Amino acid sequence: MTSGNTVINLSVFAVFVLITLYVVYRAGSRNATASDYYAAGSSFTGPQNGVALSGDFLSAASFLGISGSIAVNGYDGFLYSIGWVVSWLLGLMIISERLRNTGRFTLGDVLAFRMKQRPVRAAAANVTLVISLFYMIAQMAGAGALMALLLDVHTKGGQAIVIAVVGVVMVLYVLLGGMKGTTWVQIIKAVLLVLCVTLLTVFLLGKFGFSLSSLLETASENSTLGPEVLQPGVRYGGSPTNSLDFLSLALALVLGTACLPHVLMRFYTVPNAREARRSVVWATWMIAVFYLCTLVIGFGSLALVGSKAISEAPGGENSAAPLLAFRVGGAVLLGIVCAVAFATILAVVAGLTLTASASFAHDVYANVIKRGKADPKEELKVARLTAVAVGVLAIGGGIAVNGQNVAFLVALAFALAASANLSTILYSLFWKRFNTNGTLWAIYGGLGSCILLIVFSPAMSGTRSSIFPDVDFAWFPLGNPGIVSIPLSFLCGYLGTVFSKEQADPEKQAEMEVRAMTGIGSGLR
Amino acid sequence: MTKAILPPTDSRPARSGGRGFATFDDPGVPLLTDAAGNPDFVAIRDSEDFQELRRRWTIFVLPVTCGFLAWYLGYVALSAYAPTFMSTEVYGVLNIGLIFGLLQFVTTITLTLSYARYARRRLDPQVAAVRALTSEDRT
Repeated sequence: MTSGNTVINLSVFAVFVLITLYVVYRAGSRNATASDYYAAGSSFTGPQNGVALSGDFLSAASFLGISGSIAVNGYDGFLYSIGWVVSWLLGLMIISERLRNTGRFTLGDVLAFRMKQRPVRAAAANVTLVISLFYMIAQMAGAGALMALLLDVHTKGGQAIVIAVVGVVMVLYVLLGGMKGTTWVQIIKAVLLVLCVTLLTVFLLGKFGFSLSSLLETASENSTLGPEVLQPGVRYGGSPTNSLDFLSLALALVLGTACLPHVLMRFYTVPNAREARRSVVWATWMIAVFYLCTLVIGFGSLALVGSKAISEAPGGENSAAPLLAFRVGGAVLLGIVCAVAFATILAVVAGLTLTASASFAHDVYANVIKRGKADPKEELKVARLTAVAVGVLAIGGGIAVNGQNVAFLVALAFALAASANLSTILYSLFWKRFNTNGTLWAIYGGLGSCILLIVFSPAMSGTRSSIFPDVDFAWFPLGNPGIVSIPLSFLCGYLGTVFSKEQADPEKQAEMEVRAMTGIGSGLR
Repeated sequence: MTKAILPPTDSRPARSGGRGFATFDDPGVPLLTDAAGNPDFVAIRDSEDFQELRRRWTIFVLPVTCGFLAWYLGYVALSAYAPTFMSTEVYGVLNIGLIFGLLQFVTTITLTLSYARYARRRLDPQVAAVRALTSEDRT
């Protein structure tokens, strides 16, 4: 790619940043209360929030990563994306409405509803902060890698500047706009992203006479793998360990999505449970269309660009979609696709920053440190300060891991969400006896086992693609801990409850049960 | 922004006043609230209307959740452990695995829409019935 493209890429991207900053500024200028900052005053409609949900969820890893993975691994890349679509059923039927009815701003509100406030809120905040930071660092490192590819920035210093710019813009979104501004960024970005992939897809299908089969056939002819690219087993086949690893990943994807903290927090931006339900329906449509398109784009780039050119390009498989765009639409389309990819990273990290700051200010500061008696103005100030601190941490972390293979951090975030959040949400909603002790055991059991297993997994050491390739302390054979840590967290929650003498408060339990199903007592209607 | 308004329901009407005093024009059941008008959650939980709501929710969500999880994990397991079967070509180069994968999209959308419909028709009216037991929706 030439430097002429760099100018186009940069200007398209700059236009996006300026427009969104203006929108954020306009939307957020009346930000006054905690409810505005955390939940946009719960004033969004279901469809608006649904589009924003898909915007929050579809990261650069899904756009560039999945289409690239399909181009290189074929079938196995496609399998990855299915989990992310199916998982929304869990969010729709079990989580969204109950969460909206029970909580106000954070996951801590729900988990601590009938438990001892301080320890449970602290634990919920810990999980949220850990997941947000891991996910954010992976996105930031991705921004650096993307720059290398798209703007011909190859020096470490140049990439560090790019990461810092992304970090500063994301903090600006959050500080200026709060939840309302950030939501509008998500909406703009989601519409751009889905529009962009849909048009590319229609174009590609048209090129092959609207026959998926003939597109796939050309794709397999242009792949070094041949027809095998359409069959399972390229990436995760071979050994029983690989197969088990894939099952483990699939489990984390399908159970973790609806428990990601920035996804959960979106359910508070709508006025009631019915709107929360509608937003998931909208998000599911957007996401299903998006991943169907990435299937076509992935195989389309294989058909038109070829697997050899993709793996040899700077950025490897992540460059499949940009290369395809350049091939079919020249420098301008490439510029647009790149700008959309950047917008994606920016919007996702902004959502994460907001979630992390809300969790710290609302759970840790207001309820743990100030024991629920914090001045709302002070709480907001803390939230804004946290956003800045999180931004600095993410920039620092992103620069530190830039160039490392940190894709596993994304999968880890899903495993963490499924292990620490799912068990506690389900137990506290549906198990009468569940108590504070059980909550803490489930959260820390899931979180701890997940992190421990990943430290001793091949992702950290022992293989060529590990972070520490030269040492080998990997005794856990799987790269994805979910298949162990998710059941373990359910077990911990059970044992922690059974082994403690503490009795669950039956009145609080009845209140939570009724409120979760009907919204009575929440002030929502 | 719009605030959704509860759909009309043919079940028990909400009445004004703290605890519902039965009058001759208004022979409904008493409100499940305490003297201050706050909902009595234990009584609501044990009420027939709430039990019915919970039953309706469970008979839809439990089988559907088990079903879609089994279908998805089964699909992943087949891909991981029976690659030869999944590679069987059915239509052109489209093989069983790809078709099952596309079917996952179809089932997800279908289940999403059926839950939304079920909730609108069977759950929302029942939620309104339970809420009518309290002074919740009175302005």
